[in-house]
Amino acid sequence: MTDLDVIPTLSPEEIAEIEHEVALIPRRDSAAIDALMIVQRHRGWVSDSSLKAIAALLEMSPEELDGIATFYNLIYRQPVGEQVILFCDSVSCWLRNGDGVKEKLSELLGIDYGQTTADGRYTLIPVPCLGACDRAPVMMVGDDLHTHLDDCDLASLLTCEANHD
Amino acid sequence: MTDRPLTQNLRPDGSPVWLADYEANGGYQGLRRVLTDSTPEACQQVVKDARLRGRGGAGFPTGMKWSFVPMGEKAGLGPKYLIANADEMEPGTFKDRIILEQDPHQLIEGMILAAYAIQADVAYIFLRGEYTVAAQRVAAAIKECYVAGYLGQDIRGSGYSLELHLHRSAGRYICGEETALINALEGKRANPRPKPPFPQVSGLWGRPTIVNNVETLCNITHILTRGADWYQSLGLGADSGTKLFGASGNVKTPGVWELPMGTPIREILENHAGGMHDGYQLRGFLPGGGSTDFLTPDHLDLAMDYDVIGKAGSRMGTGTMIVLDDRHCPIGMVRNLARFFAHESCGFCTPCRDGIPWIVQLLDRFEQGLATEEDLALLEEKARFIGGIGNTHCALAPGAMEPVLSALKYFREDFEQHISGRGCRYQSLGRGH
Repeated sequence: MTDLDVIPTLSPEEIAEIEHEVALIPRRDSAAIDALMIVQRHRGWVSDSSLKAIAALLEMSPEELDGIATFYNLIYRQPVGEQVILFCDSVSCWLRNGDGVKEKLSELLGIDYGQTTADGRYTLIPVPCLGACDRAPVMMVGDDLHTHLDDCDLASLLTCEANHD
Repeated sequence: MTDRPLTQNLRPDGSPVWLADYEANGGYQGLRRVLTDSTPEACQQVVKDARLRGRGGAGFPTGMKWSFVPMGEKAGLGPKYLIANADEMEPGTFKDRIILEQDPHQLIEGMILAAYAIQADVAYIFLRGEYTVAAQRVAAAIKECYVAGYLGQDIRGSGYSLELHLHRSAGRYICGEETALINALEGKRANPRPKPPFPQVSGLWGRPTIVNNVETLCNITHILTRGADWYQSLGLGADSGTKLFGASGNVKTPGVWELPMGTPIREILENHAGGMHDGYQLRGFLPGGGSTDFLTPDHLDLAMDYDVIGKAGSRMGTGTMIVLDDRHCPIGMVRNLARFFAHESCGFCTPCRDGIPWIVQLLDRFEQGLATEEDLALLEEKARFIGGIGNTHCALAPGAMEPVLSALKYFREDFEQHISGRGCRYQSLGRGH
């Protein structure tokens, strides 16, 4: 199997979206991060086979692409749950009982940082300051920011989040 | 009523100002006038005369930064680039978010004018990935501009053309450093580049590139429409214009406020932030984000001007203050910050990659009650070395050491108490670490 044979691992839609990015820039490999994010949007994470296919499509080595993929914290090289919870562990949230809220959340979900719930619903990951420090403590569930977590009922928040999909 | 150019369009409910309303408030009138009546050189001169300084943290004069971009034939063949640094990741900083979410056209108009001033052909907004609401709104605003002819070929018949793209980042604090940001835009690992060459000469894909912070770019429209004298008159002290100041921590009303440069710290923390929560006393604050030195209640009457804060031993940074109270351990706070910086080191140079985790380990020993006088001496020695300008590849590690070194200066008795008391007395308050 040649390198190019792995490209069809990607869907025609993914390839079209990646080629759209490539068309805007002077070098194919400059689309590396966008391409990884596109595939992740479709599949939730970037598997080894996806990585090899993207590398072939962008005419770069899988090793170089993996060096890029593993540099960025919002690119997931392991399977994640349906929703990723990005919990702010930075200073302003720390001052507003972020650690206490994180403990409650971990207890509620039965997982610690880097883990996924048994039902595959949530993965919990710490994230640097989310830029909402006036509403600390905060976290993101999927694309949605949740604020003032110290005063909120986490269980019902997650239930709402589940319903709102 | 003092001018509040940066926040004049914002609505109490936080809903976004779309193109029609932005234009109704006078938006894009300045753009049309400047593109027809003014030369790029004249625009650069006005920004220089206004003495605008970069609002991303370093405070470098914007006009001077632009002046290094080769103009005309000197630029050689190929595009020039303008990039808006919307990668707001400095801990405790939440000022650009409000513009990006609520007034995206203010950024876009400022970008078009800045791009015109340096004769850029292509512009990017480098937006942190977690700013999902901003991503939707900025993308929608860009679309509105293409439809209205404010972007694309021959903008409003001026003969000037500009393409603007939104790039959503995949994370990492180091992307805020301009050469790291350029590497990320090129699809690479975001290791900062050696300088020289400076990005103004050789930046994105080797072409002349300017990277400016969101708030900096928002100022451009107002400066070019209302003039350098007006802009200078906004500041209370040596620095020009207004600034988005903010405060977080255990203050009564945390938030962001547009205030004149040179506003006294006391006014920001006591009037706007409402003072400390009941039962909390002010112990200190980082004046401009997580990579600035602590100041103390003794500094409350200082003006938030770049040089005033610099002389007091800290930095204005992003102007968003993080407030430490008497119920939280200063060492715990510094340890939280040091862990952040250790995690966000790009790994390129040894003092940063291996040095900051060493600092974290030493701070852990204090919190765990294991620290000795030797650990205190070692902490100080290593922090000074890692924080020494020129000892590391970029400014991340020196920034990381600012809270550590200033905590050693102002909260020394806490370090001593952790040694003599074999642990953290704040832990009984549940706020030790």
